[in-house]
Amino acid sequence: MSIIQKSATEQLALLQCGQLTSVELTQAYLERIKAVDTSVGAFLRVESEAALTQAAEIDRRRTAGESLGKLAGLPVAIKDILCTKGTPTTCGSRMLENFVPPYNATVVEKLQAADAVILGRTNMDEFAMGSSTENSAYHPTHNPWDTSRIPGGSSGGAAACVSADMAPLSVGTDTGGSIRQPAALCGCVGLKPTYGRVSRYGLIAFASSLDQIGPLAKTVEDAALLMEVLAGYDPLDSTSVDIPVPAYTASVSQPLENLTLGVVDHHFGEGIDPEIETAVKQAIATYESLGASIQHIELPHADYGIATYYIIAPCEASSNLARYDGAHYGYRADQAEVLAEDGSDDGPLVRMYRKTRSEGFGAEVQRRIMLGTYALSEGYYDAFYLKAQKVRRLIQKDYNQAFEQVDMIIGPVTANPAFAKGEKTSNPMAMYLEDLYTVTANLAGVAGISLPCGFTESGLPIGLQLQAAPFQEEKLLRAAHMFQNATDFHTRRPELS
Amino acid sequence: MSDVAYEIVIGLEVHVQLKTNTKLFCRCSTEFGNPPNTQTCPVCLGMPGSLPVMNRKAYFLGMKTALALNCGIPNFTKWDRKNYFYPDLPKGYQTSQFDLPMSEEGYLDIKSTKDEFEPRRVRIIRAHLEEDAGKSIHDEATGKADSRIDLNRTGTPLLEIVSYPDMRSAAEAKAYMQELRLLLTYLDVSDCNMQEGSLRCDANVNLHIPTDDGVIATPIVEIKNMNSFRSVERGITYEAKRQYNVWQETGKVLGELPKQTRGWDDSAQITRSQREKEESADYRYFPCPDLVPVVVSDEQIEEVRREIIELPATLRKRLESEFGLTTYTADVIVNQGRGLVDYFLQLAAASGDNKLAGNWVQGEVLRTLNELEITVDQFNLSTDKLAGLLKLIQSGDLDSSKAKDVFAFMLESGKSAADVVDEMGIEKVDQGDLENLCRQLVERNQRVVDDVKGGNEKAVGALIGQAKKENPNVNPGQVRQICLDIINSM
Repeated sequence: MSIIQKSATEQLALLQCGQLTSVELTQAYLERIKAVDTSVGAFLRVESEAALTQAAEIDRRRTAGESLGKLAGLPVAIKDILCTKGTPTTCGSRMLENFVPPYNATVVEKLQAADAVILGRTNMDEFAMGSSTENSAYHPTHNPWDTSRIPGGSSGGAAACVSADMAPLSVGTDTGGSIRQPAALCGCVGLKPTYGRVSRYGLIAFASSLDQIGPLAKTVEDAALLMEVLAGYDPLDSTSVDIPVPAYTASVSQPLENLTLGVVDHHFGEGIDPEIETAVKQAIATYESLGASIQHIELPHADYGIATYYIIAPCEASSNLARYDGAHYGYRADQAEVLAEDGSDDGPLVRMYRKTRSEGFGAEVQRRIMLGTYALSEGYYDAFYLKAQKVRRLIQKDYNQAFEQVDMIIGPVTANPAFAKGEKTSNPMAMYLEDLYTVTANLAGVAGISLPCGFTESGLPIGLQLQAAPFQEEKLLRAAHMFQNATDFHTRRPELS
Repeated sequence: MSDVAYEIVIGLEVHVQLKTNTKLFCRCSTEFGNPPNTQTCPVCLGMPGSLPVMNRKAYFLGMKTALALNCGIPNFTKWDRKNYFYPDLPKGYQTSQFDLPMSEEGYLDIKSTKDEFEPRRVRIIRAHLEEDAGKSIHDEATGKADSRIDLNRTGTPLLEIVSYPDMRSAAEAKAYMQELRLLLTYLDVSDCNMQEGSLRCDANVNLHIPTDDGVIATPIVEIKNMNSFRSVERGITYEAKRQYNVWQETGKVLGELPKQTRGWDDSAQITRSQREKEESADYRYFPCPDLVPVVVSDEQIEEVRREIIELPATLRKRLESEFGLTTYTADVIVNQGRGLVDYFLQLAAASGDNKLAGNWVQGEVLRTLNELEITVDQFNLSTDKLAGLLKLIQSGDLDSSKAKDVFAFMLESGKSAADVVDEMGIEKVDQGDLENLCRQLVERNQRVVDDVKGGNEKAVGALIGQAKKENPNVNPGQVRQICLDIINSM
């Protein structure tokens, strides 16, 4: 087994006992990226030089006996949505093509403090809006298991790079399923933490009340390792919660006793791919064999999840994305074209706004800005936004009641395996339904994890989702680890030439 | 209605910049007058991924002001986004408060020192917190339509105080602004500088006009850009006349025209149309998901209430009832601010004569401050020294015109009243000598005696003049009284 096929936890042990240097490990990943990323397209930018310099510095400090951070020497890929001081951060958009933040996201600071080696920036749907990474303004990302298929999204690059052994760990974001869905479609582990568990400072906002940053990794231990670094209260984020972060790595391999899992029968209704249904049901059986008891539960308002999500998220997005107006930073339409009369009654300022935003944003982003603007408009606010907020509270109530009966909810991540490129681009509704099983966790603010639980006959990965009450990430990781320990789906890697 | 053709109806929206060291949602300085864009950070620049964190000091200053305005403070308040595009608004929305403001339903009492209107209670709808926008500087002179943006002000905490349309004249509106400014100054929550924009006022104005078919209302106009108390008064007066003329020409009443925004042009002394509000009305308010609601306990509210010192209205009453000042004197002193009130209180205590202290503070002291264009903090005559002067007046050793000379010399030299009196050669006249002098004067002036006896007391004035010639140090009041006593006992 080559070094890059090992888990991050194993690599870290080798780094710590001196059998491996960070430069060697980083070099190995850079070579792998060079070899396979032309066919995957997981990265928007690979920061080879900076990574090697950083790796060498960590090696030097290790040799000098200095104290090192929790991830010392481990390469990490970062979704291109997290602001990094002095480094372009594009959010997959033309709008921010030349944007260089003068500040770091809190999680970037944490990664740096943990001595992680930043390998590069991963591809994503523009402003995290999409489920296939086809909405990137730069290039699409391909599923490493079948490059004619999509990797999921919006953290498609983040999932694909881990799955294709181009990075041992990567950081993604999840607003309606953007970590869990690509993790499922690419066959890796992805954790969406509780809302408020990880600081959003420096995460370029899509929908502020739903966005969360989380880890993607090959194994549950690795996800625990990265999560331990990412999590924690941040005074710069008023919505982050000030409660201690458990030592996830210390407890992750301890199985949970008397685990009660809730199954929502509705999850297996119409529309689910039979192979996925079989794999997930098999996974439930595996838990039973591990001593878990299964209870059938209801999430009565889950059916309204997609509708609710596609009102609240665009409403917030329409406001969050108003700042990209060409006046202060980012893309601005050509001045001569702006100054030229266009036959409208608008003055040059309005023409600048319109041209900048029409040219700088892609179609899906524009669609969501329009949806949100409409739903917040006078006369529609009550019927859309306010109603959606009410349903959101009902969904939260459903979860609260469910978690009084069960420790976790078990079910599928997606209804289908990875679909072919272009298959859903002309049908936004079909694309939105990709989030069917994942959005409710964001609406309720609970934690969710996706982990490999099988493969289709054609060899595409299938994901299993576990959801737990707020701030129960520790239990979630332990439960996921129990399954991983009993199965070998996580050990399979795609064949890439 | 007889002589009045219409009634003006005025409601004011006042924006007060709160006196915090840092902005409402970030830690940038709020200092005024620094080079453009030197007080900014990713948060107030609205850069991607930056997040606001509420400045609790701003919230508590807001609450203190609201309590002083007799508003109720809810235990729960939240933040909303007011969405609109403008280059001096870098996020594309202003963080404000929409349906659950931090305070509601208060009032401010106003009265006129010049009897321009009857005392009135102006009710307040709400006072809420929001962030200030930046400044657009339009360089139209170059002809290039060049605009520059200064974001130093962006994010400065503002308290918006919205009154009911309870005012009925421009003078009332001006008095409301002055009383509000005084209150804010006593609370020390704002610099209240209208020129620098730390106190800004928009007026909603329309007219109620009695006609044969009953009273009609003219369309409401919002007047902006009134940067002084005088422009508030003049802007509203102008606007009322303009609305009356427009109504006479067009007959348009409320509801037939959209709400209009007009700017006050101080150099031309007119209001000019800025925009029809209708075009830009939908702000798409919704709760800001980046900020958590503010929850405050009754105990915390009471704690802030206890911090509020004596406010102008109560002080005026106390100076009248406890110190025996006239309403006018109490008003003048209190309206100058807490500093002059404190000066008065110290002077009254040191001199032991409240009325005399009041008259001197309202008179000579205030006149001097105005002449020198200084505040009472910069005034170098201590209350102890001034009390020394007042004691000489009380004892009859100094008459008021001499006392003014002594006061002027004390200001220049910084010396005590006694020293100045010595230096100026003012000597206390022996009571026996004074009585002898008066007796001689009475004997020499039989006509004055006759006049006084005939009922004309004023005639005694001639004796005062003669007494002063004989001895410049005599106290005219004393001369007058002694001469009268002598004549009356004859």
